[in-house]
Amino acid sequence: MCGIAALQIKNPEMGPQLGTLLHSMTCDLIERGPDSAGLAVYDDPQTMQGAASLVSLLGIDLPLPAAELADRLTERLEGAETTVEAVGHTTLVRSQASTDALLQALEELAPEASVIGQGSHVAVMKGVGNPREVASAHGLEAMSGTRGVTHTRMATESAVTAAGSHPYSVADDLCLVHNGSFSNHLTVRDELERHGVRFGSDNDSEVAARYVASQLEEGADLETALLRLGEVFDGFYTLVVTTRDGMAVVRDPIACKPCVVAETDDWVAVASEFRALSELPGIESARVFEPEPGRVYTW
Amino acid sequence: MPQQNQTAAQVRADAVPGPGDHGLRESATFDRATIHAIQRAAETGVYDIRGWGAKRRVPHFDDLLFLGASVSRYPLEGYREKCATDVVLGDRHAKTPLHLDIPITIAGMSFGALSANAKEALGTGASAVGTSTTTGDGGMTDEERDHSDTLVYQLLPSRYGMNPDDLRRADAIEVVVGQGAKPGGGGMLLGQKITQRVAEMRTLPQGIDQRSASRHPDWTGPDDLEIKIGELREITDWEKPVFVKVGATRPYYDTSLAVKAGADVVVLDGMQGGTAATQEVFIEHVGIPILAAVPEAVRALKDMGMHRRVQLVVSGGIRNGADVAKAMALGADAVSIGTAALIALGDNSPRYRDEYAALGSAPGYYDDFQDGRDPAGISTQDPELSARLDPVEGGRRVENLLRVMTMEAQTIARACGKSDLRHLEPEDMVALTLEASAMAKVPLAGTDWIPGTR
Amino acid sequence: MSTLPTAAPRHPAEADAAEHVSVDLAEQSVRELNAALHDPAATATRWTVTHPRGLHSIAVGVDREVRVDVEGHVGYYFGGMNKHATLTVSGSAGQGLAENIMSGRVHVHGDASQSAAATGRGGLVVIDGNASARCGISMKGVDIVVGGSVGHMSAFMAQAGRMVVCGDAGESLGDSIYEARLYVKGSVASLGTDCVEKQMRDEHRRELAGLLQAAGRTESPEEFRRYGSARRLYHFTADNSKAY
Repeated sequence: MCGIAALQIKNPEMGPQLGTLLHSMTCDLIERGPDSAGLAVYDDPQTMQGAASLVSLLGIDLPLPAAELADRLTERLEGAETTVEAVGHTTLVRSQASTDALLQALEELAPEASVIGQGSHVAVMKGVGNPREVASAHGLEAMSGTRGVTHTRMATESAVTAAGSHPYSVADDLCLVHNGSFSNHLTVRDELERHGVRFGSDNDSEVAARYVASQLEEGADLETALLRLGEVFDGFYTLVVTTRDGMAVVRDPIACKPCVVAETDDWVAVASEFRALSELPGIESARVFEPEPGRVYTW
Repeated sequence: MPQQNQTAAQVRADAVPGPGDHGLRESATFDRATIHAIQRAAETGVYDIRGWGAKRRVPHFDDLLFLGASVSRYPLEGYREKCATDVVLGDRHAKTPLHLDIPITIAGMSFGALSANAKEALGTGASAVGTSTTTGDGGMTDEERDHSDTLVYQLLPSRYGMNPDDLRRADAIEVVVGQGAKPGGGGMLLGQKITQRVAEMRTLPQGIDQRSASRHPDWTGPDDLEIKIGELREITDWEKPVFVKVGATRPYYDTSLAVKAGADVVVLDGMQGGTAATQEVFIEHVGIPILAAVPEAVRALKDMGMHRRVQLVVSGGIRNGADVAKAMALGADAVSIGTAALIALGDNSPRYRDEYAALGSAPGYYDDFQDGRDPAGISTQDPELSARLDPVEGGRRVENLLRVMTMEAQTIARACGKSDLRHLEPEDMVALTLEASAMAKVPLAGTDWIPGTR
Repeated sequence: MSTLPTAAPRHPAEADAAEHVSVDLAEQSVRELNAALHDPAATATRWTVTHPRGLHSIAVGVDREVRVDVEGHVGYYFGGMNKHATLTVSGSAGQGLAENIMSGRVHVHGDASQSAAATGRGGLVVIDGNASARCGISMKGVDIVVGGSVGHMSAFMAQAGRMVVCGDAGESLGDSIYEARLYVKGSVASLGTDCVEKQMRDEHRRELAGLLQAAGRTESPEEFRRYGSARRLYHFTADNSKAY
């Protein structure tokens, strides 16, 4: 039960405005989810710092001091330069090694750390508290990039923790946010667990994220994966999924949970309420619509 | 309905020698009621609809006992030493919270489901003892506003009769998400009861079977509910307390979310709570007993630091002062009665034995509220039947019941040394059964053991 | 609490605007605005509201003959339970526009989100743009005119009133409809359970012409088709069990 804001830049000249616009969209959705928040930004040069891979860890408490962990990781990764930086409530680990190698090294050196984002394009950050403060703490306003998604959360059946915040990022550069509530996620979770999928929280939305990731891994494209999700999952949902290449939106077949899309030649934006879109540049002439039930939209 | 033929037969079977006396054995799985239900379904092709709440045995307040004061604690003197019963509901956000003299209110029951005389009697009876009544799925009538000093106005998914004038003249607003008899279900009123007046109030054609929605038309989920509550407050200039009523299913989450959404009061209705007309399968198989629900709701309030700040009103099978005291000892601020109030009015009275028999039922068994042929004149819109219920006499009977229940609760509270009903606490009680102990989270009598705690 | 002028002009220079109040929601709260609109002592008959910024519950529960013009976009429940007042929005409206409207007129120049005019009992709701899902859900007497299209499940359980759609209607139009009358100019993706196309007679053309005129539309009634209840679900029967 939450607020969703997502923005994908089509005109590269607008890239530098991504963070400012997304921040303002998020602030309009705080009432929908005052408990906690999370954000994912793709291709922000300041955040990526030219790294080949970036892993986001939940929280800033690590088994080793940041500098020491960075040295040990670099060593473990055969000299591939690796840095560890606390940003807001999140720790960002950047490396010249591959994402897989970096994840493996972290598993060995910081086995207790929770990975909340991974890939070569995206940084995921989460915190508990007022979404405005969570976004500010992570410097969202100053970010640029290609696309981003934020989520303000009112927890329903799972705990109010940073781990329960969205986006759920469970495969390289893949993020999912959810507004609504699934009603058969435990069965799907059992099935995924039987196939070796591991979970990091008790959140129903994580099940959807892991389901989509497993479909993509099997070779499905994003649209197919979301159509299959519609056949398998029961409940109420508006989902926004982002990848390194694009973004998708889907609502359940009843489509009660709110969702508004606006699109211009320069950008496409998705939000739980129109008010979050109302300040975007060019909104007056944007094509504004609410996604039809059960239909997957991709950009 | 044919089911009552069977139950009436059962009544007779108790009095005269039956098949069992000849060594015949009835199946526990396919007992006579079950056999009859299958026969009925096969015959009609439509599910059984009835009134009343769950009839099956479930763990209930009867499975708890109080530990009266003795040597280690001192009792209060009955009738002399004060034991307060008043309660304030809705002082979290509202400018004008409710001040009730007793913590027993009348639950939501619609004009339409009930006759005008029944509604009037409930209103006058409740007003006489300083407590509230509640509208139902059908709007507010002028008569019930006039007869109830304190009236809670329900906002239901159907919005039958909903209008801003009634919102403004209500004393509190209750957003109904669900009820204990059918959490997750919509409303239902069969054509027999859709008279011209009921039809006009609900904007329906006269005499049709009314179907009504299970979800609200303009919001879904707690994030939207918060905005909806905001609108209701704006319409009424933040004067009225806003209650949120849920049927007991996942009370921990539902209570937390109602509070997050801004409720002043959470109303929690257990599966024994009554209904005017609902599928039998729904009444008996969906929802949890109120005994199991109250501790979870209280835990949610305590986890949020909101216990006693957001009041908890519980209902579903409250019958007497012991139930009131037990619900409050578990942490409720007040209770509501529905079925007990109808019984006070004369529902299922032996006085109508012959007429119940003519309907294929018997006193103690009558539950065909949907048919509108209630001999007691309560669950009917038939003018002749309705006229049998004298609203003044009915009001007196409701008043009496409420007084007795209050005095009974005070008797127990004083015996436990409490000068206020709300000072009762779980530690004043023990459980008679393992089930009740686990659900109520009070120890099994004579032990310090609560199943599931260690 | 309210610091809004409700009757007198702010200063003598505004004397000719004595009956016209401006409220800037960047400066004052929705609560102050609503309190002023509800104030029995208020005499102003024209209100202009600026910077609504998609805020919720703007101008709800108004119960008098005033005109309120909102410049911008509004959030949930704009004009909820309106009586007598004439409300306009220059932008778009969020969920539950004019829910349970009793009388008066609510006019949105942009789009409306889902559940527009839900359970409305009277008055007129005009949406120049599109309305999304569940437009007119459980309507109980309101008239709704949509210049664009309506989304799925519109007029679900519609009990009374008229709905006019100048564009297209989404899936399951009029599902479980009672006595409301629906007029659609464009295509209907599908009709809901118990909703059927009905003959357009002169009385319907006259009714429709009046509604179009009231909403300031230029379409001709000849271009529309009429839909309503087949009344097959009015009594529970085993034959309809698949429809429940």
